[in-house]
Amino acid sequence: MTQSEQTATGGRAAALTPASRKAIDLWVAKYPREQRQSAVLSALTIAQEQNGGWLTTELMDAVADYLGMPRVSVYEVASFYSMLDTRPVGRHKVSICNNISCMLCGGDEIIRYVERKLGIRLGDTTPDGRITLKVEEECLAACAGAPMMTVDGHYHEHLTPEKVDAILDALE
Amino acid sequence: MSAKPEIHDDQVTVEIDGVAYRARKGEMIIRVADAAGVVIPRFCYHPKLPVAANCRMCLVEVERAPKPLPACATPVTDGMKVFTRSPRAIAAQKAVMEFLLINHPLDCPICDQGGECELQDLSLGFGSSVSRFAEKKRVVADHDLGPLIATDMTRCIHCTRCIRFLEVIAGQKELGGIGRGEHMRIDTYVERAIGSEMSGNVIDVCPVGALTSKPFRFTARAWELREYAAVAPHDSMGSHIALHTRGGRVMRVVPREEESINEVWISDRDRYSYQGLYAADRLTAPMVRRGDRLEPVEWDVALEAVADGLRRAVTEGGPDAIGVLVSPTATLEELYLLNRLVRGLGSSNIDHRLRQTDFRNQEQAPAFPSLGLPIEALERVDAALLVGSNVRHEQPIAAHRLRKAALAGAKVLFVNPLDFEFHFPVAERIVADPAGMVRAVAGIAKALGAGGAGDTPAARDFLKEIRPAPAERAIAQALREGERASVLLGALAAAHPDYSLLRALAMRIAAAAGATFGELPEAANSAGAWIAGAVPHRDAGAVPVLPAGRDARAMIESPPQALVLFNVEPEFDCHDAAAARRAAHASAFTVVMGSYGSEAAREYADVLLPVAAFAETSGTFVNAEGRWQGFRGAATPPGEARPGWKVLRVLGNLLGLPGFDYADSAQVCDELRAKAGGLTAEWRGEPGDIDIVESARVTGLFRIGEAPIYRTDPLVRRASALQKTELARDAVCRIAPKEAARLGLADAARVEVMQGEAHAVLPLVVDERVPEGCAWIPAATPGSAALGPSIGPVSLRVAP
Ligand code: SF4
Ligand code: FES
Ligand code: FES
Repeated sequence: MTQSEQTATGGRAAALTPASRKAIDLWVAKYPREQRQSAVLSALTIAQEQNGGWLTTELMDAVADYLGMPRVSVYEVASFYSMLDTRPVGRHKVSICNNISCMLCGGDEIIRYVERKLGIRLGDTTPDGRITLKVEEECLAACAGAPMMTVDGHYHEHLTPEKVDAILDALE
Repeated sequence: MSAKPEIHDDQVTVEIDGVAYRARKGEMIIRVADAAGVVIPRFCYHPKLPVAANCRMCLVEVERAPKPLPACATPVTDGMKVFTRSPRAIAAQKAVMEFLLINHPLDCPICDQGGECELQDLSLGFGSSVSRFAEKKRVVADHDLGPLIATDMTRCIHCTRCIRFLEVIAGQKELGGIGRGEHMRIDTYVERAIGSEMSGNVIDVCPVGALTSKPFRFTARAWELREYAAVAPHDSMGSHIALHTRGGRVMRVVPREEESINEVWISDRDRYSYQGLYAADRLTAPMVRRGDRLEPVEWDVALEAVADGLRRAVTEGGPDAIGVLVSPTATLEELYLLNRLVRGLGSSNIDHRLRQTDFRNQEQAPAFPSLGLPIEALERVDAALLVGSNVRHEQPIAAHRLRKAALAGAKVLFVNPLDFEFHFPVAERIVADPAGMVRAVAGIAKALGAGGAGDTPAARDFLKEIRPAPAERAIAQALREGERASVLLGALAAAHPDYSLLRALAMRIAAAAGATFGELPEAANSAGAWIAGAVPHRDAGAVPVLPAGRDARAMIESPPQALVLFNVEPEFDCHDAAAARRAAHASAFTVVMGSYGSEAAREYADVLLPVAAFAETSGTFVNAEGRWQGFRGAATPPGEARPGWKVLRVLGNLLGLPGFDYADSAQVCDELRAKAGGLTAEWRGEPGDIDIVESARVTGLFRIGEAPIYRTDPLVRRASALQKTELARDAVCRIAPKEAARLGLADAARVEVMQGEAHAVLPLVVDERVPEGCAWIPAATPGSAALGPSIGPVSLRVAP
């Protein structure tokens, strides 16, 4: 829609690797032709993987141009979902749930414990680039196992400081 | 058959606060209430934007609904009972207001919106007087949105009107809701200026002080301002605007609602150009050349000098020795009096068509150029062919209407000398050099059957060799299939060396396809200039004059002994900048009547007369539909500057011309109306009368250039904020990649541009939107002011 933006910079879709494009095309194929942009979430996830876990502005622009949507719409999506990162991240992403069920079961203490353990605050990355503690993680739909966290997308439930130590210490 | 009562089965009856109203089924409650004058508070709802229903301020009680419903997103049904002021409704509204104010700063005294803020008004009407919220408020960092819009994002209430305006109306989604929940902010994400030519409207739609006008900000309070109705002075739409003044000074410009023209929007050019009124080079006193110096003098001295100079020219060289070039943004009254003055001295040398070069067949032209249909109807066309038009920048309001049509499925088609970007889908476009444009238009005409047995011999002859290309046939077919098709010529057609030919062909296309034919007149009063007789071949009221006087081009090519420039800056406003400036120097007696005394003017002027600018004089503009729209003077002209019609009145009397005793400008207008009021935009001859002679057979490189959107007239060229935008950047030379390779310029950063004697050095940009054989070099810019014809032969070489 914002042709002007796209032609002005010649389109940035080239920033996506051929492999990423192929993967995005699989998603594009699932939606009606005129609704290419429905694939935006998958496309951003793929683009993020291509870049070691976070999205540069260039990559977001690439997705916008590839799917033919306004760039700012892609920024909206990328900045909305917590599984998409728009700033450099560490090798592992740790998301500790801070929503109500986890909070009632001591999620807050877990967060504080991890912050102290790693010496960083929510939203930061350890100086050695090993772990990013994600900011304000909403309910991850495992309330029955509260308090819980995900590490690189894997669920860990009924957390205790000891359990957290074991999990985090095992990360490269 | 018995007569049946008319049944509107899409009509329902709803009751709002106990009163029954008829409404269209499915209409939202808020629309029905608005039409009935029932006040429902709202922030996110805007009648011209899609419904977002995110602010919840419009909650009302609906009978049998379990909870309050948003009036902006609840369709009416038959028998529905709505309560806008019931205890439940009021409680809901009050609660929403409290939520909205949680994060909103309560510092109206230091907010630019104070006094005209929807939030302030509604919190007074619907909120409580004390805040229960003692916690910390959200603070949002501001980002620079460019020279036109100031932000105070901490005040934003997330109504998303600005986002929706830019996406849906401006067609350029540049703002978005970045982040989530508490952290959501309205932003561009990547810091950059909003680039839309309609961007200023976000200031009006923003209900709070989050988005305000950067030039106006903190300079006045809403309640100190006086409002004057006016008509926008740049493009030919005649948008309705309001001038807000304080102490005789225009502080800002805002739109006035006029559904049939600008709806509720105005272009940035119309909104911000008022800054040009306060440019440093405003003329504030009459000046007369004594030797090589210009000296300020009294009005009577200056006017005597002008009368003497004109009289001397007539005595020495006959009436043909005087000539007038007048800006098409002058008022009808100024144009008419200039016309009377020139004709009163026996001459017909007057013209406003400063960017035109082809005047053949001007006798057949209608009384004034017009769209050929109402502005409103532009959004209902189902096919439209625009020839030589960057409509988005020439006439932003027309482009907005065309955008609506295109989004509704209309086929918008172009034949252009540059592949312009539009904010709507383009069904077919042909991009070609000037000669190619003629061939393309001829191809379309031929595909529609022009040049057949019934056509004129010249047309048959010309079209004989033409073989329509597939794109031309596709355009022809789209126009033929359109039930409400339209063919329109833009500014780049009017400036084309074969304008008359393009026009003759376009009229054939329209006739054969059953389409309306029209033009996009260049300036606010282009149509008025024709009506007032500011053309060499017709007197006021479109009365033919024989023999015709000299047209703008002829006056520039061989300047008359005495030349009057009325709000014209030759180096920017004319087709051939270099020649026009030369003419201003060459004529023995050059009178500059205008609002500005640029350095250039001070070099060539023998007398400078300071004339009140737009907003400072009463007058009339005739828009592209032929609508006469009058306005009053709102601001005080600086120093000795006087309204143009008064200056011309005195001059007429000094020259002893009869009937120059007007009491006010309305009397001038009435006199013209008596002569011209009934004029219509009918063609004076059939398109068949028009000889076809092709002159744009080009060899070598051709320059093409338009006057960029913020460079079109003296006022906007001095509007300081607009001049800081991207759209106002200085000239660069653009050529196609293949052309660059052919000319050995692929690696050149700067080129020397040569047009005969004239030359300039410009940055070179390789741009695939430019057709081969062309160099795109805008007119009316400082960088191109020394160059020749804006559409004409050119050569390039690597800058030394
Ligand atoms: S900036 Fe103004 S218009 Fe935009 S979302 Fe915020 S309050 Fe609404
Ligand atoms: S609240 Fe933590 S998983 Fe639901
Ligand atoms: S005006 Fe209805 S929800 Fe905002």
